Amino acid sequence: MSDKDKGVGFLDKIRTWARVNSPWALHYNSGSCNGCDIEILATLTPRYDVERFGIKLQGSPRHADVLICTGPVTMQSRDRLRRIYEQMPEPKFVVVVGSCGISGGVFQGCYNVLGGIEKVIPVDMYIPGCPPKPEAIIFGIVQLLEALKTGRKPEAVAVIPEPQFENKA
Amino acid sequence: MSEKFVIPIGPQHPALKEPSHFEIFVDGEEVINATLRLGYVHRGIEKGAEQRTWTQNLYLMERICGICSHVHALAFAQGVEALAGVQAPPRARAIRQLVAELERLHSHLLWLGVAAHEAGFDALFMYSWRDRETVMDLLELLSGNRVNYSANLLGGVKFDVTPDQKVRILDGVSFLEERVQYYLNVVNSDETFLGRTRGVGVLSREEAERLGAVGPTARASGVPRDVRVDVPYAAYTEFPVRMVLSQQGDLQARFVVRLEELFESIRVIREILNNLPESELTARMPRRIPAGEVISRVEAPRGELFYFIVSNGSDKPERVKVRTPSLANWGTVLATAPGHKLADIPMLVAGIDPCFSCNDRTVVVKTVR
Repeated sequence: MSDKDKGVGFLDKIRTWARVNSPWALHYNSGSCNGCDIEILATLTPRYDVERFGIKLQGSPRHADVLICTGPVTMQSRDRLRRIYEQMPEPKFVVVVGSCGISGGVFQGCYNVLGGIEKVIPVDMYIPGCPPKPEAIIFGIVQLLEALKTGRKPEAVAVIPEPQFENKA
Repeated sequence: MSEKFVIPIGPQHPALKEPSHFEIFVDGEEVINATLRLGYVHRGIEKGAEQRTWTQNLYLMERICGICSHVHALAFAQGVEALAGVQAPPRARAIRQLVAELERLHSHLLWLGVAAHEAGFDALFMYSWRDRETVMDLLELLSGNRVNYSANLLGGVKFDVTPDQKVRILDGVSFLEERVQYYLNVVNSDETFLGRTRGVGVLSREEAERLGAVGPTARASGVPRDVRVDVPYAAYTEFPVRMVLSQQGDLQARFVVRLEELFESIRVIREILNNLPESELTARMPRRIPAGEVISRVEAPRGELFYFIVSNGSDKPERVKVRTPSLANWGTVLATAPGHKLADIPMLVAGIDPCFSCNDRTVVVKTVR
């Protein structure tokens, strides 16, 4: 390995460290019922407080590392979603929150709904639920950050916790 | 001379969490006109409802709006029950009202936070959302889910209130009562906050009536309009609520009306829990609903929610028309915006508690130039 490569590796390490410790997220609702959106907002508020992981909700796509999408994609928001994704700088990651963003959910078959987010832009992470609880959203984002540490795009991670049903017999 | 300028905002914008496109015409700092383009979250639910059975539709209607999901399902269930000639048992109706009032608590606290955020008062945003978690816990305790509670069934409700849950709900609302009193003091005494709300966006009673405002927006302008009082549904005849009115018509009045409504909600929640009638939870519903048409109205946290349901006698509805309160209130924002500073626009928009996922229904808009 030459000295030049070592320098690049070092810079990459710094970049990854910075990215993992403070991912800036952008939220876009492409046709959601609002349920997931308020749960995402709830993760920022005192009880869940994702800012302790350095996650900050950002207003501009040009500042964002992670795009958090909710809802199925409607005809009218399709172009806008694609545009926001293209405006984000590389490397970018897309997290889909909620069942609708995964498959269209209950809105499957409605005339103005294209289906899940993946029909329009590539998706890295899915968080299922209608809507997922804030704990699930945090778990999903932390899984994404864990994957980022290795520098690769995340592989499939089960967001479903271990079943906790007690046997009452 | 200053020049006219158009400021486009949205559909992806940092202020609200839902997409919509505003065009604000400004002359210098002053707003002279405002237009709005809706429809980014139009999903075609009304048409989709025609392809689903009555029971499936209950879950689809609940997902029109994630904030006031219960009232949508409630309006739909009440309409279908009226068509079928079935009345939900008394206990079911009381539980429906209980969940509706808990939902009002959560919705108004959510709105208080969002509106405070628009005013740049993020401390109040964080406080009110922290306290909102109390009512979210209560809803989760009752129904098992934080947002789409799915309390309604056609002909009744899905869950009962156990004595243990009753105690925890009473504890929770007592805590919230103190907090709401604190927030009422804040919105009425904090000078910085009053500077953003007092005398801003004044909507006279005549204007409110002309524009067809509903809910807290209308009541803050002195229009006595509340479906819970005018046409009691669920158990509102047994557990009536008092209408909260204000004559001021400005943003401050909208804060005060919404917060004072919460005291009414808390009082009614206590009354219901202490006098919960004994009966079964569901009545028997036919699978095919007799042909006919019905209008069903309920008071959502944002105002009157209107359902028009037509049945053709099959297991699927012929037509479901939904008119949501946010759509009725948009006119008031566009009418009051001219003459204000640009910085007041986010507050004016937040003042009606807009919910875009609710109001993106099919509407025919006639442009008059």
